[in-house]
Amino acid sequence: MTLDRRRFITISAASFSSALLAACNNANPKSAAKLLAFAESKNEGLERSIFRHDRINSVPASAKLAGKDFPKYYVSKTMPVWDPAVRGVWRLEVSGAVRTPLSLTLDDLMRLPHITQTVDHFCVEGWNARAAWTGVRMSDIARIAGLTPDAHYVDFQSFDDGYHESWDMDSVMHPQTLIAYGMDGRLLGPEHGAPARLHSPIKLGYKSTKYLTKIVFMPQKNGGYWTDQGYEWYGGT
Amino acid sequence: MSELVKRTHWIVRLTHWVNVIAVVIMAGSGMRIFNAHPSFARPGETFPLNPWEGRPIPDWLTFGGWLAGARHWHFAMMWILVANGLLYLGFIYLHGEWRDLVPRRGDARDIVEMIKFYLFVRRDHPHQGKHNALQKSAYFAMPILGIILVLSGLAIWKPVTLGFITALFVNYKWARFVHFSAMALLLLVALAHVFMVFAVDPYALRSMVTGWYNRARSPEARNARPFYHLFGPGKSRGPKAEAPKP
Repeated sequence: MTLDRRRFITISAASFSSALLAACNNANPKSAAKLLAFAESKNEGLERSIFRHDRINSVPASAKLAGKDFPKYYVSKTMPVWDPAVRGVWRLEVSGAVRTPLSLTLDDLMRLPHITQTVDHFCVEGWNARAAWTGVRMSDIARIAGLTPDAHYVDFQSFDDGYHESWDMDSVMHPQTLIAYGMDGRLLGPEHGAPARLHSPIKLGYKSTKYLTKIVFMPQKNGGYWTDQGYEWYGGT
Repeated sequence: MSELVKRTHWIVRLTHWVNVIAVVIMAGSGMRIFNAHPSFARPGETFPLNPWEGRPIPDWLTFGGWLAGARHWHFAMMWILVANGLLYLGFIYLHGEWRDLVPRRGDARDIVEMIKFYLFVRRDHPHQGKHNALQKSAYFAMPILGIILVLSGLAIWKPVTLGFITALFVNYKWARFVHFSAMALLLLVALAHVFMVFAVDPYALRSMVTGWYNRARSPEARNARPFYHLFGPGKSRGPKAEAPKP
């Protein structure tokens, strides 16, 4: 009886620790990948259903801005800078499922109604940084271009080595989703996506394409630079 | 010498072991996510409360392989953790077992007595109900930490859409710190729990697997301190209140 009990304890301890070891194996097996993809799609459905345009990000007026410490990031080998001598005048093309395709120079963009908002930037890595962004609401650009009924998603494309990310329409139309050309009271610098970038506190940083060139309204999703490598497509906050 | 009682309901046993898996994966993937930016300060700021600011968790303690993989595990396993936690809490509420865990008057004194016993200041094991006072406070703290973890987790998962939850923790930065700290505390309590099971009451493993517990071998009956009187019944220590037979 004593032996049985001791053996039972030994066996329990052994099976418990081997289960732990199995769980610590860092490789994701195929069957797990399927389950994780299922969970991601269910999570996306839930996240989209609780998304509200009146839930906005606000930062206290006294908050310190990140300023020169705002992290700089691009995927090209060197910082992408638009050189008009090589590429001609920078234009932001708005096309796809729209009635009136647009081709806006920076001056055109700056003549549109604009706002300045001090908001958080949430990075997928876990940090957040504050900045004051000046730009045009995406909802205004959509209104000016006039959407056709099959506009359900938007792909934001850049001249940063093919970087792009596609968004759901509900997030695009959120009042804090901007095409920003100004940061902290100055024109956007090339380290932060000049001449213009997408910025919104409602998506993780990797969803906010910098060095914008094209905004394409689409009937379906179009993945994205990080999304195609395994990060969540929705990436909402 | 055997006084077998059915001590642990199958729902408690099931939720206990599901919780082990869920907590291990949540903590491992959470630490992997943390390692993508192992600091609490915003860029350009400092965070004096964390003495290890900028120092990552050792890789072997993490799970998920890389940031995106760990996030997928974290956001999938969180539903298992929450569903399992709700089943457990719902059960102990309806079944009355919450009474074995909630703190009551006298617990502080009983905790002091338990510590005195473990430090050989007191000779005899204090009389106890299902759990001793130290155990009881640990098992009460775990679901409380779990609730803090779920709330602070929602706060950093959806800091805009669920911004009212983030505001409970002041802001995103503090919610992230609370989430991490509650995880560290939960792991400490869980490690202490596992240590004490093997060092003081290995017979409890049987009841957490089959439900059956031998009261004749309870720590109180064996007068057991860590690694002390681990096997065999303790010496008789004169008359004491007998637990009722089932």
